Amino acid sequence: MIELESVAYSYGGGELLGDVSLSLAPGSFHFLTGPSGSGKTTLLKLCYGALVPSSGTVRLFAQDRREMTRDDVAMARRRIGVVHQDCQFLDHLSVADNIALPLSVSGRDLLAEEPNLRELVGWVGLKERAQALPPELSGGERQRAALARAVIMSPDVVLADEPTGNVDWEMSQRLLRLLIELNRMGKTILIATHDLALIRAAKAHVQTRVLRIASRRLQFAGADL
Amino acid sequence: MTAVRGMLAGDAQADRVVPPTGFTAWLTLFSAGAMAFLAVFALALSLATGRLADRWGNELARTATVRISAPEAQMAAQTAAALRVLETTTGVARARALSDIEQAALLEPWFGPGLPLDQLPIPRLIEVIETGAGFDAQGLRLRLAAEVPGAVLDDHTRWREPLTRAAGRLRLLGLVALGLIAAATAAMITLAAQAALAANAQVISVLRLVGAQDGYIARAFVRRFAARGLAGAAIGTVLGCLAILALPAAQVEGGFLTGLGFQGWHWLWPFVIPPLAGLVAFGATLTAARRTLEEMP
Repeated sequence: MIELESVAYSYGGGELLGDVSLSLAPGSFHFLTGPSGSGKTTLLKLCYGALVPSSGTVRLFAQDRREMTRDDVAMARRRIGVVHQDCQFLDHLSVADNIALPLSVSGRDLLAEEPNLRELVGWVGLKERAQALPPELSGGERQRAALARAVIMSPDVVLADEPTGNVDWEMSQRLLRLLIELNRMGKTILIATHDLALIRAAKAHVQTRVLRIASRRLQFAGADL
Repeated sequence: MTAVRGMLAGDAQADRVVPPTGFTAWLTLFSAGAMAFLAVFALALSLATGRLADRWGNELARTATVRISAPEAQMAAQTAAALRVLETTTGVARARALSDIEQAALLEPWFGPGLPLDQLPIPRLIEVIETGAGFDAQGLRLRLAAEVPGAVLDDHTRWREPLTRAAGRLRLLGLVALGLIAAATAAMITLAAQAALAANAQVISVLRLVGAQDGYIARAFVRRFAARGLAGAAIGTVLGCLAILALPAAQVEGGFLTGLGFQGWHWLWPFVIPPLAGLVAFGATLTAARRTLEEMP
């Protein structure tokens, strides 16, 4: 689905990531860890095409990122759900409209999708808050709304950047359960987090692989957790 | 063309993704209206001077005047001789000596009524109407010089040419003003659109994140600005037309000064302004949106 081949990425002066190779297979569940500033967010951005690698190749759904137009990237994003740590919304639209945004920008019939939307809003536990505006939501509610928005198009891949960064333990467990459920439905999941307890909690329920960024390289850290 | 049609067809959902803006919307509306108002006058100027140039060109070109300055005693004889020459000249349709009363009427605006004209040596004027082909002015001058020593032919060329030239220049000026107004409208809408795009950087990045193509994002902005340009220009055009209607009507004496306005089907011209303004706004916003989006991740 998403493949990185000897990818390097440099910001202005220095190299942030070097010689990174990664392949996200369908249905896999990955965690990405590493100290703050080690390049987790950058790696995720490479995975959803927001950044172009300085060297090496990134392929999204078998398409070379370098050869993709802006519209190609937009089309690929419809198959990749992204949850940021500081999720941003259209603040003038209701939570329900924000969750449905990927449907409207891709020209889907919103009326036909209405039942799906309602079910999804219920699934993330925002039924009561559906007509609220995003600035009125708590941190946990924002994270869940972002997750609902990320999965409404039934994407093949869900990328989450510190999805539990702003929420308490109980809420992070709820978010994790939602992500595990999505994985059971066949979605590929990649979660960037520095929360080792979250990784341990996930391991009890699902087969995961843990990747770690250390000194600009990506390592597999499967067994030692 | 399909892009234009797609824009006009509209997408209520796409329009909603851009947050409503109060103040800049009014500014855009106002500027488009003001520009349309000015455009109406520039258009009126162009059309009126065009009419004027045509009139001077046509009416004056087909008439000429022969002036006879002779001693009182010979006046009648020389006038008759000149009329004989004119009647036998090819290209002259009619020639008629003006009566004393007509000449007095011509002079009255300059000297006021009650001037004892009969005591002054006023030259006699003969009005000459040409046929379509016209006459050979040089030949006629030679013949008149030979047979009527006191006659001077004035074929109005000396008058007409600078007037026609001035009218042509005025018309050009009007057209240049129209062009400048269109360019200024485009520049203004570009600035407004760019400000709106910059202010909505977060909206755009959210839309990009959830898979919106540039065309979708651009449409949301372009439709809004094209609609504002169209509405503002429509208001400005109507006000401009009302102002033109309110101008004092053209008068016979100073016709070429107050003839600013539209006549007959020319009244349709101002209604081209709003759609044109909409189109200018459309193009300007689309260009601004494309350029801005290219620079965003």
